[in-house]
Amino acid sequence: MSHWDNNPVLKVEHLTMRFGGLTAVGDLSFNVGRGDITALIGPNGAGKTTVFNCITGFYKPTEGRLVMHRSGGEKHLLERLPDFKISANAKVARTFQNIRLFGGMTILENLMVAQHNPLMVASNWTIGGVLGLGGFKRKEAEAVERAKYWLELTGLIDRADKAAADLSYGDQRRLEIARAMCTGPELLCLDEPAAGLNPKESLELNTLLSTIRREHDTSILLIEHDMSVVMEISDHVVVLDYGVKISDGTPDFVKNDPHVIAAYLGVDDDEVDDVEEEVGL
Amino acid sequence: MSAQKPDYMRELLVDSGGGALIALLMGVMMLGMQVDVTSGLGAELILRFRWDYLAYAVGAVFFGRLAMNLLVWRKLKVLDGVSLPKPKVKGEALERNLKPVFLVVAVLLPFALMFWLGARGSRQYIDLAILVTTYVMLGWGLNIVVGLAGLLDLGYVAFYAVGAYSYALLAHYFGFSFWICLPLAGILAAFWGIILGFPVLRLRGDYLAIVTLAFGEIIRVVLLNWYEFTGGPDGISGIPRPSFFGLEFTRGEDGFAAFFGLDYSSIHRIIFLYYLILILALTTNFVTMRLRRLPIGRAWEALREDEIACRSLGINTTNTKLTAFALGAMFGGFAGSFFATRQGFISPESFTFMESAVILAIVVLGGLGSQIGVVIAAVVMIGGFELFRELEEYRMLVFGLLMVVIMVWKPRGLISSRAPSIALSGRAQGISADMVQEGHG
Repeated sequence: MSHWDNNPVLKVEHLTMRFGGLTAVGDLSFNVGRGDITALIGPNGAGKTTVFNCITGFYKPTEGRLVMHRSGGEKHLLERLPDFKISANAKVARTFQNIRLFGGMTILENLMVAQHNPLMVASNWTIGGVLGLGGFKRKEAEAVERAKYWLELTGLIDRADKAAADLSYGDQRRLEIARAMCTGPELLCLDEPAAGLNPKESLELNTLLSTIRREHDTSILLIEHDMSVVMEISDHVVVLDYGVKISDGTPDFVKNDPHVIAAYLGVDDDEVDDVEEEVGL
Repeated sequence: MSAQKPDYMRELLVDSGGGALIALLMGVMMLGMQVDVTSGLGAELILRFRWDYLAYAVGAVFFGRLAMNLLVWRKLKVLDGVSLPKPKVKGEALERNLKPVFLVVAVLLPFALMFWLGARGSRQYIDLAILVTTYVMLGWGLNIVVGLAGLLDLGYVAFYAVGAYSYALLAHYFGFSFWICLPLAGILAAFWGIILGFPVLRLRGDYLAIVTLAFGEIIRVVLLNWYEFTGGPDGISGIPRPSFFGLEFTRGEDGFAAFFGLDYSSIHRIIFLYYLILILALTTNFVTMRLRRLPIGRAWEALREDEIACRSLGINTTNTKLTAFALGAMFGGFAGSFFATRQGFISPESFTFMESAVILAIVVLGGLGSQIGVVIAAVVMIGGFELFRELEEYRMLVFGLLMVVIMVWKPRGLISSRAPSIALSGRAQGISADMVQEGHG
């Protein structure tokens, strides 16, 4: 048995998502191993982002179960939680395919907003904060320290007081990851983190993700088209096509899987029947 | 440069000539000809020609456009394609300098007026200052909802009405004093804010605006028609005046003037009311500025920037919106109860949609989210409106023109830069309005 089946952080069980008559994801099951970098790949329109939206609560799945196993032993059924609780309680953070930063706020403010929930508690739900009671100042200073840590790791510390909309595309991508990490997640879901990055920035991203995995108790689930990222850093790859899982295993296994090759590269005309039979179409 | 000059001049002339041509075409019928009735035998329609008028108009357009091209628009043209103008963030420095000036002026105003104009002459101006400060407070209250949280509320006057009627009715039925009713009015208004907020805040943008507009009207219509309880269109009169730590502003032995050994004058009460609303308004400002630096305030602004991202970070957006709505409503309620005690009489007439529109206009003209902008806009709009009372209906025209001019000149309001709520370095710059979102409801 593989590591991800023995010690999963997230179990996706029979996940189905239908939009009217269209089945975007059909009976999908896979596990995300604790401490792994798991990649979810597939051609355009395969249903990857739909899976993400189900995991992070932006869609309610039509069928199926999503079980988050926290490191403390708690279990959360994500399909039953409202979206903000998935981040607050189940500790699943995400980034977006089209970057969603708070553009008119500074980089530091973006990271402070990410620490909203602990800071709200520290400010006694605002009442203590307004009156200047409780250890709010100290907690806020701690939050700033945490933000500084992530800014240094992403190389944005010099621009901490600039508006987030001022950053270049690659920096915005990194800031979004830093912001998600400031929520203290156990599972970080990245929707195409390398999209639009140049090879150098892609490399920096790999380093950042490896650091996150090495130094934090955070597992990573990512959607990616850039195979250099996928094959380089991931421990486990799940391949989707038309909402159905066609392959699941280590990068080496997936790379040589005929189903995957057929889905990505197509096959010769005279082999179509053979392959379709094999794939089960 | 010099080689381009004839070209440039020709371009200018062609442009001005085009403008003049349009003026000519439009003016031929409207200015050049006039239908008139002969005043001689019988009533006969005749056509009168006024080519001189037309010539003046066309000339004015031609030279006016030429002058604008040479003096104003030229600078923009030269910059075109050469280098992008740097986004200027002047608002912040301006804001920093204006704040103490405004504060000192506001605190000293009644005494300065008394000194120059005497008790009789200054009364009208102190009254006006009270009115302006009331609108400043309302603007600051609405700024929490519209400027920070980005929720477009067209029915803000409803909470003003709830505050005013809370005090008037509590005083009328139970004989409560102003100082007991002030917090109660705020709490009741906040309560209504939450009641309205629960169903409404699922809506966004235009839909939210329409429903809040409807809510404002519902409150007014209920006040108008519930005759037995609210007095309907007759309103409520004889609302008690506030006391100064138990001292009434009356002529008697135990009045304010007698206690402090002053000669009785009705101006004392007016000045007291002025300082009362000033303190209420400054409290609103203080609380808002403080909240901006707390997680709740940052969550409001984040909500304005991107609601979906907020939810992905674990922020309960419904509660966050509700707190903004309730707090805005609470300050509206405070202002309402002040309004009731100042007037001594209220009726639903005072809480029409026009009031909501004026308050919203103050916030928008001042610059969404800017506290000092609200002050300037309130002084200009309310003060200006009252000062030009002699112009009668023409002031509406001037008023409309002024608003158009401001919106063209400064589309994001007078003070449009946003100051960061927290900074690593000591001197963080303001954020240009181009980057700040307006919110989608």
